[in-house]
Amino acid sequence: MDLILVNLIDGLVTGLLLFMLSAGLTLIFSMMGVLNFAHASFYMLGAYFAYSISLALGFWVGLLVAPLIVGLAGAGVERYGLRRVHQYGHVPELIFTFGLALLIEELVQFVWGKNQMPYNVPEILNFTAFAISGNSIPAYKIFMIFISVGIFIGLLYVLTKTRVGMIIQAALSYPRTVEALGHNVPLIFMGVFGVGTALAGVAGVIAGPVLGTFPGMAFVLGSIVFVTIVIGGLGSLWGALVASLLIGWITTFAKSYNIEMENVLNAIGISTPENLSDSVFRDFWSLTSPQIADILPYILMVLILIFRPAGLFGKRSS
Amino acid sequence: MNDQIKTDPSKAAERMRAGSMILPLAPWLIAAVVLALLPQVFTNNSALTIMNQMSITIVFALAYNMLLGQGGMLSFGHAVYAGVGGFACMHIMNMSDFFASIPLVILPIFGGLFGMGLAMIVGSFSTRSAGTVFAMISLGVGELIAACSVIIVAFFGGEEGISGDRTYAQPFFGVEFLQQEEVYYLTAAWVLISAALMYLWSRTPVGRMANAVRDNPERAEFLGYSSRWVRYYSFVASGFFAGVAGGLFAINYEILTEENLNTASSGVILLVTFLGGVGFFFGPIIGAVAFTLLQTVLSLSTELWAFYAGALFVATVMFFPGGLAGLIMMHVPAFKLRKASGLILPYLKTLLPGAIGLFGLAALVEMTFHFRHAPPGDEEMTIFWTTFDSHSLMPWVIAVAITLIGLGIAKATAPSLRDAWNEANTAGGAS
Repeated sequence: MDLILVNLIDGLVTGLLLFMLSAGLTLIFSMMGVLNFAHASFYMLGAYFAYSISLALGFWVGLLVAPLIVGLAGAGVERYGLRRVHQYGHVPELIFTFGLALLIEELVQFVWGKNQMPYNVPEILNFTAFAISGNSIPAYKIFMIFISVGIFIGLLYVLTKTRVGMIIQAALSYPRTVEALGHNVPLIFMGVFGVGTALAGVAGVIAGPVLGTFPGMAFVLGSIVFVTIVIGGLGSLWGALVASLLIGWITTFAKSYNIEMENVLNAIGISTPENLSDSVFRDFWSLTSPQIADILPYILMVLILIFRPAGLFGKRSS
Repeated sequence: MNDQIKTDPSKAAERMRAGSMILPLAPWLIAAVVLALLPQVFTNNSALTIMNQMSITIVFALAYNMLLGQGGMLSFGHAVYAGVGGFACMHIMNMSDFFASIPLVILPIFGGLFGMGLAMIVGSFSTRSAGTVFAMISLGVGELIAACSVIIVAFFGGEEGISGDRTYAQPFFGVEFLQQEEVYYLTAAWVLISAALMYLWSRTPVGRMANAVRDNPERAEFLGYSSRWVRYYSFVASGFFAGVAGGLFAINYEILTEENLNTASSGVILLVTFLGGVGFFFGPIIGAVAFTLLQTVLSLSTELWAFYAGALFVATVMFFPGGLAGLIMMHVPAFKLRKASGLILPYLKTLLPGAIGLFGLAALVEMTFHFRHAPPGDEEMTIFWTTFDSHSLMPWVIAVAITLIGLGIAKATAPSLRDAWNEANTAGGAS
């Protein structure tokens, strides 16, 4: 029971982190109809900028300033890159963001080198918040939960309750009508892109000390983020939240409970073959859940796309 | 991308009616002669290795373009089909009895069949729609299979991969493929065969319908074609030729690892194809040749070659979405109007300073990199055959000056180039 609680908290942290990335990505998708492959690269940029700033000015300044810089960079990419490529169609847009992801990774290696940066949890949060039957929960995890939940509530408030949010929502569905009403739709798009990438930047700042700040960090998380928003339904904020938490918990539980394929198969009535070591399926029989924890999201995505192409909460399929 | 395809089926038909097969066959004959003569010109082993690498990339890029260029399907996991084909070939190589009874030259067919088999399974659900959903499924399946490679050790060999020996095959007219040159001829023959087959495929009704479905699936449906099945056929055919490329890889390197399956290799093939140009059949060929050369030359001379490749890729997507092939074909109207010669001088005036400016920029990038990452005390660096101290001021001033002047001249002469371009593409008038 205690272990379940610990895993629930761990999964929640992972899930909320994923959500901070997928929220921006899904907003950008519903706005421009393009999946931003470079989204996780902005997450990485957030971590690196925050690290460089924290060297001089401390962690908290980094937490405030780095997302701003990332958001500005994102807005610049939209204004001078994506808007230009937009005229060629969706596939070149996807290819552009893919190329951008490659370029940012190389750029980061160029500036900061290939090694992991010593970006650490700030002293003030470096203690154990509480312990559940011997499993200590660091205060930083609690801090991460609070930041992400705060951002989610703020985002929800802005999108549903304020005038700006209304205009954004209208611009997502009927850009031409909103433009005819006198709003600057390209500016709104640029703003949403900037805010989305800034959110990814925040995620990078707070994840950098825990998950490590290294050039591969965008790649590690990047494809999982796409999987998340595809499972949740492209363009759905609630779907992104549910899918993020789902993936967070599934992977955490799969890693901490060692479920063996042999036991599962025996339980449903298939007996272990006699000469297992010679069988072509020997790897299949010896599968364990920690082994496949990292590919579970992909399996889930493929299944979702086959049986419910619109995703859990999505309204459209393309 | 709708307006990039400029293939003109009526032309070829006219030639056929005129009874002349020489003109449409000419590029293939020239390609065959060039492929046959290349090892006589470049005799050393490293050149042969590069040419083999190039040939494999050509087959793979052409197969990829069956999806991206001709079918409008963007795949982020196409390396999987080549990889699985290659792994299957590797296993056949290790089945000594069976392998000894077949000549090596037909091994890529098995790779193709396995790639095709996998494509048939994956395509059954992934080709339901094009665009973003297809791209996401391809990415997911790609990641899935790449991740499986460390789990399913029996087939993928885990971390160290699977290796074999091509020489155990039945000798083919006495050739045992011990020499690099013999392997080259095998690969070259396969390049020619698969390129010709892929070209012919694009001329068949189903190849034509792939173009139609790419441009307007709804309209194709109204004409009575199932866009899903058209996509499925293209996908399966593409999987076959990707598998052939994988089989050629297996023959050449005699080892396959997880690296042949992962997203990075899928990304490289996307880069190669797009760089060459997706709008024309020969685009990926140019892309494969240019990219392999670029990779070889740059990776020998700088650590930052992936950075330059990434920058080149992004610049291509932003400014030349037609790729290299698109750039070349842009000049066809000028040639037809017999005004292409008027472009030479303006090109020289703009592109030469521009290139020099870019070299200056590259020098600045290299110097910054050296300044930041060189071990302490190592202050000497060599670029463009000049050795200097990267910590002194003078080289920086020179590099900045070259960059600014080069790019400045290019910018200043750009309007005159534009005028010359417009003039060269306008029929009639004073020339």
